[in-house]
Amino acid sequence: MIKLTVNGREIQVPKGTMVLDACQQAGADVPTLCYDPDLKLAGSCRMCVVEAKGRPNLMAACVSPAENGMVIETESPDVVESRKIILELLLARHKLECHTCEKDGSCKLQDYCYRYGVTDSRYAGQGAHFGMEDPNPFFKRDYDKCIICTRCVRVCDEITGAQAINVKERGHHAKIATVFDGKLDDSSCVFCGQCVMVCPVGALTSKVSAGKGKSYQTQNVLTTCTYCGTGCTFELNVKDDHVVGVTSVRESEFSPVNKGALCVKGRFGWDFIESKERLTTPLIRENGELRPASWDEALDYAANKIKAIKEKDGPDSLALFSSARATNEENYLAQKLFRAAIGTNNVDHCARL
Amino acid sequence: MTNSINELEKDATAIFVIGTNTTDNHPVIGYKIRKNVRFNGAKLIVADPRRIELSNIADVDLRFRPGTDVALVNAMMNVIITEGLEDKDFIANRTENYEELVKVVEKYPPQLVAQICGVDAEDIRKAARIYATAERGSICYAMGLTQHSTGTDNVKTMCNLALLTGNLGKPGTGVNPLRGQNNVQGACDMGALPVVYPAYQAVTNAEVREKFEKFWGVPLSPNNGLTIPDVVDKAHHGEIKGLMVFGENPMVSDPDLHHVGEAMDNLELLIVQDIFLTETAMKAHVVFPGVTFAEKNGTFSNTERRVQRVRQAITPKGDAHQDWQILCDLSNRLGYPMNYSSPEDIFAEIRKVTPSYAGISYQRIEKTGIHWPCPNEEHPGTPVLHGEKFNRGLGLFHAIEFKEAYELPDAEYPLILSTGRSLFHYHTGTMTRRSSALNEFMPSNEVQVNPETAARLDIVDNEMVKLITRRGYIEVKTHVTEMVPDGVVFTFFHFSEAAANVLTQAKCLDPVAKIPEYKVSAARIEKI
Repeated sequence: MIKLTVNGREIQVPKGTMVLDACQQAGADVPTLCYDPDLKLAGSCRMCVVEAKGRPNLMAACVSPAENGMVIETESPDVVESRKIILELLLARHKLECHTCEKDGSCKLQDYCYRYGVTDSRYAGQGAHFGMEDPNPFFKRDYDKCIICTRCVRVCDEITGAQAINVKERGHHAKIATVFDGKLDDSSCVFCGQCVMVCPVGALTSKVSAGKGKSYQTQNVLTTCTYCGTGCTFELNVKDDHVVGVTSVRESEFSPVNKGALCVKGRFGWDFIESKERLTTPLIRENGELRPASWDEALDYAANKIKAIKEKDGPDSLALFSSARATNEENYLAQKLFRAAIGTNNVDHCARL
Repeated sequence: MTNSINELEKDATAIFVIGTNTTDNHPVIGYKIRKNVRFNGAKLIVADPRRIELSNIADVDLRFRPGTDVALVNAMMNVIITEGLEDKDFIANRTENYEELVKVVEKYPPQLVAQICGVDAEDIRKAARIYATAERGSICYAMGLTQHSTGTDNVKTMCNLALLTGNLGKPGTGVNPLRGQNNVQGACDMGALPVVYPAYQAVTNAEVREKFEKFWGVPLSPNNGLTIPDVVDKAHHGEIKGLMVFGENPMVSDPDLHHVGEAMDNLELLIVQDIFLTETAMKAHVVFPGVTFAEKNGTFSNTERRVQRVRQAITPKGDAHQDWQILCDLSNRLGYPMNYSSPEDIFAEIRKVTPSYAGISYQRIEKTGIHWPCPNEEHPGTPVLHGEKFNRGLGLFHAIEFKEAYELPDAEYPLILSTGRSLFHYHTGTMTRRSSALNEFMPSNEVQVNPETAARLDIVDNEMVKLITRRGYIEVKTHVTEMVPDGVVFTFFHFSEAAANVLTQAKCLDPVAKIPEYKVSAARIEKI
């Protein structure tokens, strides 16, 4: 074990622990942008710099291994000054349109500027403008807001494995691009939106959720995906009793199968819930056409017909196709209905289809 | 799955993927397999007629002729036995009927099978060695293996392979069907099958039946029920008069849609309970509006048998009712009272009659789901099955001979048609085709055609053609791609206006599982 002091508090951590980890264990809130606990370390944004007593330079906590006897300050005047300059440098190329930005309220850059009182940048004016809009229907790429933290590049490589994007050019001209800087649709991108999940700013945002509510206006409900059998969990974002989006839950306690990773259907295929085509009233066929009916009318109609068929031809002339989409509780009741209430084992579902 | 999903990311040292385009159809499982191969050095064997995404990182890519699965895997077992790579201890202690397997497998040397399957004999040997010598070898398959007239044989053959090499009962091993629907596992667990009550308790077993009769308070039928294809046939003949379809869409998902349509039209009563006016609901006499997963509480059981919570986020749309409430209301009108206060109340009853779920409660799965079997509240759940022994005691080898698919290509229909799913749509499209972004990205069907096939037929990419089988035809645009081999074409089944299942046959199903042969139909393409 290694002993070190963080903001006057002594702690012990196993050998190999990074300073950032140690600081977090000691209860210090160290700001990070490029750091992501599930991805390889980049150590590039320098937001997590801390001061170690006796060292000439501030160190990036995420990539510095903790050492015995270290005395760390996470908010010393030098550290704060350094972070302010980094924020100003980032703001120099970050399009400030927080009022209309989807990320307003859940943007790390916004949070840290607020925390350190950084209102604008002394370095603005010379930046490159990208302004590329990708025509895909799933997510928006606004690289005038990108801070080149490369979390999207790493998640695309390490979690999804699509390797669709990387950093093109260097310095002020650096941008995230596909091969030959084309459209995502022409790359190996699978539109899983893991990049949207990890983007700390508003550079990558869902087009399906656009304009439907900011993060602080929604309630989030943990649930299980309705598509394939993998059983990914995620949160439905709800505003005014409407589903307005899907966001990842990354803790394995709540997301044991997928740890926040999703596919294009799970992340962007939810707005059928709000479709105008939803059935909202029972229907009964009359003169060849389906017409709206009350619940009593529809249920009585079905029950009377079932009774008549059972009477005339026996229970085995009736059958149920239950549902691989419905819950366990509903499937249990459906088979019980046909077995116990009607008296037939003609119960199946589309497991084979 | 005998094992759990995360073992594919961490524990498996070799993965044999057969008949699953994992990155498209179970994308998150695909990510995990790819991660294990790229970052941990796990070996990957891909066996698929198509060049799928995982083929790009495979150690061996067996692009075999559709429908020759048994021959291929028998040849792998031939190599394993010939080279002495079998797990002798496991065979001796945990299995029976090994001699019969040896006798059959002897007839499938790789050089012979290479001709049957259209692959290189050396690749068969390489695949056999990788899987047999792996410390922990996992088999993953999906409908590519099962949707054949020999589907049951194909699955038993994969079990043979796992038994032969002792790849069962440990993390990172197993026989792992990747199931295609959110709760297909749970629907089976709950007895939405014609031959079993919840937890696979046979309806023909008098003792079991008595238990359920006592619990449900009514006499129950001792006869096995009918599977979906049988119900469709009997509706066609007029023996089935009334059908309730709950959250399914046979008018798009079932084989030979003309036949299904005629069967539906023949019914005296068709009740459909769904969230949209599906192609099936359009034929209904009465339609009940149910709710989506976002509007309900309950549980889904995923492909690794993990029971997880579904939570209501919004109130039902319009006058749609909770699906469980509709089922209760109907039962009450039929004179069989069903009164529950909530899905949790129903789950409490499920636990009493479903031994594998007995230890699971909403409280226990509030955060993390639990793998069944979970027999009591102290039990942690069972991510890995068959650790000490199999359900029947010893693992039984099945000696299985290769049989050709039912409908092989001929002069009139020279191509093999296979059907399946796209990454961007789900099943009959009821949900994804009404999801704005997914449907904008992929608004219509396509048929994948190899460039050489296309050249022979004088067709180009993105050309509307007629795709024809003995059942009928669809008009669909071509996607000329090397993903499919010469002579094989592939189309998606999500699109009702160009429905793949107009083309598939319902005549020859797997005799045991009654699964249709969606992966092999004889077809031809005509220019329009």
